[in-house]
Amino acid sequence: MSQRIVIDPITRIEGHLRVEAEIKDGKVAQAYSSGTMVRLLEEILKGRDPRDAWAFVGRVCGVCTSVHSLASVRSVEDALDIVIPPNAELVRNIMFCTQYMHDHVVHFYHLHALDWVDIVSALSADPKKTSEIAQSISNYPKSSPGYFSDLIARLKKFVESGQLGIFANGYWGHPAYKLPPEINLIGVAHYLEALEWQKEVVKIHTIFGGKNPHPNYLVGGMACSIGLDESSVINAERLAYVSDLLHQAKAFIEQVYIPDLLAIAPYYLDWASIGGGLGNFLSYGDLPTNGYRDPLSYKFPAGAILNKDVSKVYDVDLRNDAEVQEFVTHSWYDYAEGNEKGLHPWKGESKINYTGPKPPYEYLDVEQKYSYLKTPRWKGHAMEVGPLSRMLVGYAKGIPEYKDIVDKTLTKLGAPVTALFSTLGRTAARGLESVLVAQWALEFYDQLIANIRNGDSRMANTEKFNPDRWEKQAQGVGHSEAPRGALAHWIVIEDKKIKNYQLVVPTTWNASPRDFEGKMSAYESSLMDNTPIADPEQPVEILRTIHSFDPCLACSVHLYDEEGKHLSRAKVL
Amino acid sequence: MAAPENKRPTYYEELRQRGYSRRDFMKFCTMMAAYLGLEASGTAQIANTLLKTPRIPVIWLHFQECTCCSESFIRSSHPIVADILLDKLSLDYTETLMAASGHAAEAAKEKTMKDYYGEYVLCVEGSVPVDNDGVYCCIGGKSAIQVLEEAAAGAKAIIAWGSCACNGCVQAAHPNPTGATPIHKLVKGKPIIKVPGCPPIGEVMAGVLVHIITFGRLPELDKVGRPKAFYSKRVHDSCYRRPYYDAGLFVESFDDENAKKGYCLYKVGCKGPMTYNSCGIIKWNDGVSYPIQSGHGCIGCSEANFWDNGPLYRQMASFPGFGIESNADKVGMVAAGVTAAGIAAHAIATNVRKKKLVDDLVAEGKESEKELKS
Repeated sequence: MSQRIVIDPITRIEGHLRVEAEIKDGKVAQAYSSGTMVRLLEEILKGRDPRDAWAFVGRVCGVCTSVHSLASVRSVEDALDIVIPPNAELVRNIMFCTQYMHDHVVHFYHLHALDWVDIVSALSADPKKTSEIAQSISNYPKSSPGYFSDLIARLKKFVESGQLGIFANGYWGHPAYKLPPEINLIGVAHYLEALEWQKEVVKIHTIFGGKNPHPNYLVGGMACSIGLDESSVINAERLAYVSDLLHQAKAFIEQVYIPDLLAIAPYYLDWASIGGGLGNFLSYGDLPTNGYRDPLSYKFPAGAILNKDVSKVYDVDLRNDAEVQEFVTHSWYDYAEGNEKGLHPWKGESKINYTGPKPPYEYLDVEQKYSYLKTPRWKGHAMEVGPLSRMLVGYAKGIPEYKDIVDKTLTKLGAPVTALFSTLGRTAARGLESVLVAQWALEFYDQLIANIRNGDSRMANTEKFNPDRWEKQAQGVGHSEAPRGALAHWIVIEDKKIKNYQLVVPTTWNASPRDFEGKMSAYESSLMDNTPIADPEQPVEILRTIHSFDPCLACSVHLYDEEGKHLSRAKVL
Repeated sequence: MAAPENKRPTYYEELRQRGYSRRDFMKFCTMMAAYLGLEASGTAQIANTLLKTPRIPVIWLHFQECTCCSESFIRSSHPIVADILLDKLSLDYTETLMAASGHAAEAAKEKTMKDYYGEYVLCVEGSVPVDNDGVYCCIGGKSAIQVLEEAAAGAKAIIAWGSCACNGCVQAAHPNPTGATPIHKLVKGKPIIKVPGCPPIGEVMAGVLVHIITFGRLPELDKVGRPKAFYSKRVHDSCYRRPYYDAGLFVESFDDENAKKGYCLYKVGCKGPMTYNSCGIIKWNDGVSYPIQSGHGCIGCSEANFWDNGPLYRQMASFPGFGIESNADKVGMVAAGVTAAGIAAHAIATNVRKKKLVDDLVAEGKESEKELKS
């Protein structure tokens, strides 16, 4: 007999996500993922100045801050044929790496860790033993017995107050928690350390972009001019600050994040055969080292893998209207020519049509439409995007730094390559790419310094900043690899204004509802891949797999176009 | 505020427990007093309150948002957020950080709403879509409108975080397709503190909470409901590039020679002259920089409906309170009918004089440089 459970809200994510699942014989037998909030930003963009779009779409998400702004300026530059100066590319790359380091660490400790780390168990840890373990896995200096006994005292005081705040009603003591108290305590300690650390690394965004969240970008380059002999622009002091922050970030990832990941993983090796799901992986690639137009220069390579076959990587073309398409069979939208057809984003068209139950409601009708997310497909295939996809594409292409780090980690854990196709694999891949990104950020920084030393201080190409110099019509695509996966913005410009703007974002790929053929997307497919449920009242196992994707719902739900209904009003802008 | 049971440790007790001295505690109080713009006597007041106050329960709701406000909040450097969460308040519900999900999360919220009726602070991040019976944002099967109404009923006060909750922000920009609505239009009869910005500065968010915790009352608000401590100055009036504006020295296009010298960004669209915020004073991320310092104009993100206030890179035609002669009293009193041309003429006259002043200063600097070299 099956039991229907609802998890809404899924917490420790960005946005509003609901999962309905059928539990049968202690396993997830059916799963449905629904995005329950919509803001319809694309409609708002129509008729506006394309140079402003980065600021609007930046507000798609404040967790993946900067990534949409980056994709947006790239889409406009692509449409208008603007090549940005090398320094601007390097600054964007450094900001990109900064975002990764911040986002992945925050995800691991603040959004994901509580699925694996039992805070209550940490209270019974032995500080001396904890210190010994901590010192055996890392040279991070905060590891003395006194440090851990102070932390226990602080936690006890907190718990005894009776006000558990954000830790109230967690699934503490659940049989799925396997860590010894000492490792739980290390996890809690680093939860707090990471909370303090994360506010530091983002200062790189503040230096180059003026603030974080939502740093400023600019079509044609970056606004942060270099003036080595000036007091109020990027000079030696600002650059030294960036260098210092990059080194600190790298140290935290190497001394805290990765040792913790490797200390926790051995207790959860059963999760290396749970939550695999689709087995299809997609990456658009990013971090150009010779310009956006040269994909072969990217640090993150582009490509697609099908059916877990890492012997073959397919090319991906975002301009080909037969490759990326979006469907609305189970989404609260209607297409003019029927809901069975997929549309390429440049021709993206949709009309919102909420047919779900009137709130308050208990269940969604999953046979009909059940989400504000559309369903993207690549050549008809459901694809997983994110850190695991990036690491697998790099690995499958045989790039040495990917091979090295993946193989070393698998050896260390005594796990086969197939272990990557899992909930644990996804979580591990995020850590491994953080290591790569922390190294690359320093390479980009060194190149920036070398450029400046050689006399190149250009930061923006403003030849075409004036709209009078634009073609009457233009279209472009700006793609990126957001921390959560493949991201692209498609723009159509006409008469100096935005005619159409479409975003297909990572969580839309992963969290979307079933397609016209009933094929599942990544969340649903992963939940139905061998996920045990010890207690349907406390479905921590579902959270583990969902969180392994690092959901970001505000990103994935933003679409809307009421068939030009509002266009005439937009003209006043 | 009557605490139901006073077993909860006070802020001071928490600090002592963690090994901070009374001296550290007083230093913290002095710093907060300075931040909140209080006289020296305010320090004692803060100290006294923190000695006695238990942790205030807080419910933090999330509606139509991008979560940048939560992200900004965790960037606060003083106090740091770990200390806020463990020692200062009891954040009983926030979808972004809480351990529990689904029914367990909702149960935690309901418990606080019941046990602390009339006592908890309700923070709201995001706007509420009211079109189509509120179906554009549902949580736990309820519409955002329903969730807000339930939680607002027993709240002691409401903090509207960020521009979404204060004025609807980006989703309320024309044509506002979901009917995105700010909180003050939906909740009546409760004190509402508006903390606008996209997002607000982390230290400002922490500062507002600390003010409430410390004094047991709301900070003083301006006419539109913003804390005066953080929103009484225009970015333009507190901008370190202001002397260039007064001298008529402007960036003409991004990354030109003037941009490399750090001149005023007014001509490339800076909205600093119409924006009330603390960016030029507190700055961002522990005082590291702010948009203008990093070469991009202010986009005016703390002003109501800023997304529809004209394109980002268009120079503002005119604004009240022109030139450094103007003071806060004159702001807003400048007749709306004054033409841009008239203002520009005034600006030129003013700026010629200022330009001479700057030239003199530069010359003086060069003289001393020569002296140093010789």
